[in-house]
Amino acid sequence: MKRKFTLAALAIAMTLPSVAWADDAISPALFTANNVWMMLAAGLVFIMHLGFAMLETGLTRAKNSVNILFKNTFIICAGILTYYLCGFNLMYPGFAEGSAGILGFAGFGLSAGFEAGANTPAYADGGYTYWTDFLFQAMFAATAATIVSGAVAERIKLNSFMLFAAIFVALVYPIAGSWKWGGGWLDAMGFYDFAGSTIVHSVGGWAALIGILFLGPRLGKYNSDGSMTPIPGSNMPAATIGVFLLWLGWFGFNGGSVLSGDPELTSFVLVTTCLAASAGGLAAMLTYSFVSSKPDVSMALNGILAGLVGITAGADVINPVMAILVGAIAGALVVFSVLFFDRIKIDDPVGATSVHLTCGIWGTLAVGLFSTNPDHSFFTQLVGVFAYGLFTIVCASILFGVIKATMGLRVSEQDEVEGLDQGEHGMHAYDIAHSSGPFDGASSIVGAGAASTVAATVAVTSES
Amino acid sequence: MKKIEAIIKPFKLDDAKEALSQIGIQGLTVSEVKGFGRQKGHTELYRGAEYVVDFLPKMKLEIVVDDELAETVVVKLQEACQTDRIGDGKIFVLPVSDALRIRTGERGDAAIQPA
Repeated sequence: MKRKFTLAALAIAMTLPSVAWADDAISPALFTANNVWMMLAAGLVFIMHLGFAMLETGLTRAKNSVNILFKNTFIICAGILTYYLCGFNLMYPGFAEGSAGILGFAGFGLSAGFEAGANTPAYADGGYTYWTDFLFQAMFAATAATIVSGAVAERIKLNSFMLFAAIFVALVYPIAGSWKWGGGWLDAMGFYDFAGSTIVHSVGGWAALIGILFLGPRLGKYNSDGSMTPIPGSNMPAATIGVFLLWLGWFGFNGGSVLSGDPELTSFVLVTTCLAASAGGLAAMLTYSFVSSKPDVSMALNGILAGLVGITAGADVINPVMAILVGAIAGALVVFSVLFFDRIKIDDPVGATSVHLTCGIWGTLAVGLFSTNPDHSFFTQLVGVFAYGLFTIVCASILFGVIKATMGLRVSEQDEVEGLDQGEHGMHAYDIAHSSGPFDGASSIVGAGAASTVAATVAVTSES
Repeated sequence: MKKIEAIIKPFKLDDAKEALSQIGIQGLTVSEVKGFGRQKGHTELYRGAEYVVDFLPKMKLEIVVDDELAETVVVKLQEACQTDRIGDGKIFVLPVSDALRIRTGERGDAAIQPA
């Protein structure tokens, strides 16, 4: 997702019969078409936030739904505003070409958008305007923090999480991103991450893991005798809606990372993306059938996401056959990863560390194995994985550590048992779920059949 | 007057209602309840781990009828709700000391008679 996609285009040109790409003089019509696609892609990435909100709500208990939804609502708002304030210019500070930049800052706000040429084809080879660039990248930025939300769900204090997420999305993610997409030292080294298996997903995944370690597991998940009690999610339809929305959003996440509407490369990327997602879903279903007697829809959904995260680093440089393989391995990996983390008492309610961290690392390394571009090396990919891992672990540990020592990280035991909706928000997500008297909760009159004279009143009292 | 409380399998609700309507029962109250009997709970799976669900969903029917009708109701309910498998539920019969129709103020048997 570097601003100049010459490397990617070169790689594809070597593998596919390519039409000539006019790079000298881009017509206003082509510039407009490119820019429209990029704005649409920004909208698709935006929809991923609804996807995350639904997935996280579905895989957690109903007593914490409001809290999950509130966190997701906060992140998209805070993410876009902090990206405006400093994130964009930290991530794209304008490192000199070929320099080994580590930290740069191009100033607060978006004043560069008013400079001459910022919204002409000269800005990014005719791919998009400055404004589109900001919006697309801003939608990405919030994603990294959202990944953390699900992993720490059902026990983290709202204020503590909001503080962490705001700083993470304002500083940590942009600095990490600048190393590759901003043209920093990892980019100069030849590290490749097309749309963010590492930069978005692993970075979010590492932070999620650190958050879990600082918080500890949810009450009731692990028993004193060492056994584990599963805590089933409250709403599988919502989780399914979430994953399908995320898949849809990935059309923009990967498709937009071409950074233009290039007909050949964009459609190629969408094909590899969807092949990997499908292979990930099927592989997770198959793998899970070896460890359980019955299929589990939440695992199949995690498999789809695993395939998507896996192909994200190399969607433009991995051929369809290999894309299927990358997705399938990710789908199998995510099953073992979920079971493994559960076993070592890393309590991740939605499997965020397995999907985003485990498969993000796999996808990044897969570029080194299967890329059609001979410049990509496994070793460089490995260096990138370690560099981002180390940086995020250190930053997230400092943030979570300081927050834990000052304002506290975990809600009271009472709030956790009664639910964060009640403790943190004083409200509930579903009226029916907290029905305690005759006047709340759903009641309906079940009319008698046509031939019957019996009227039955059904008072539904549901469990929380 | 007698009150009949029946705990039945949820999917038997329509059969029970149909059987009662055939003998002229004009009103009943239904609640979704949970519980267990000798069948205990059952095991479910979630993300690779098994767990026991102690309380199974059941339907509770409450019907108040005059004394003569009570036995018929009990028999019809059993016929309608029986699957011969464990977990079919139970029927309880309780005495009712009084009843009042709120709209009219009628008391006793009059309160539960067809209008």
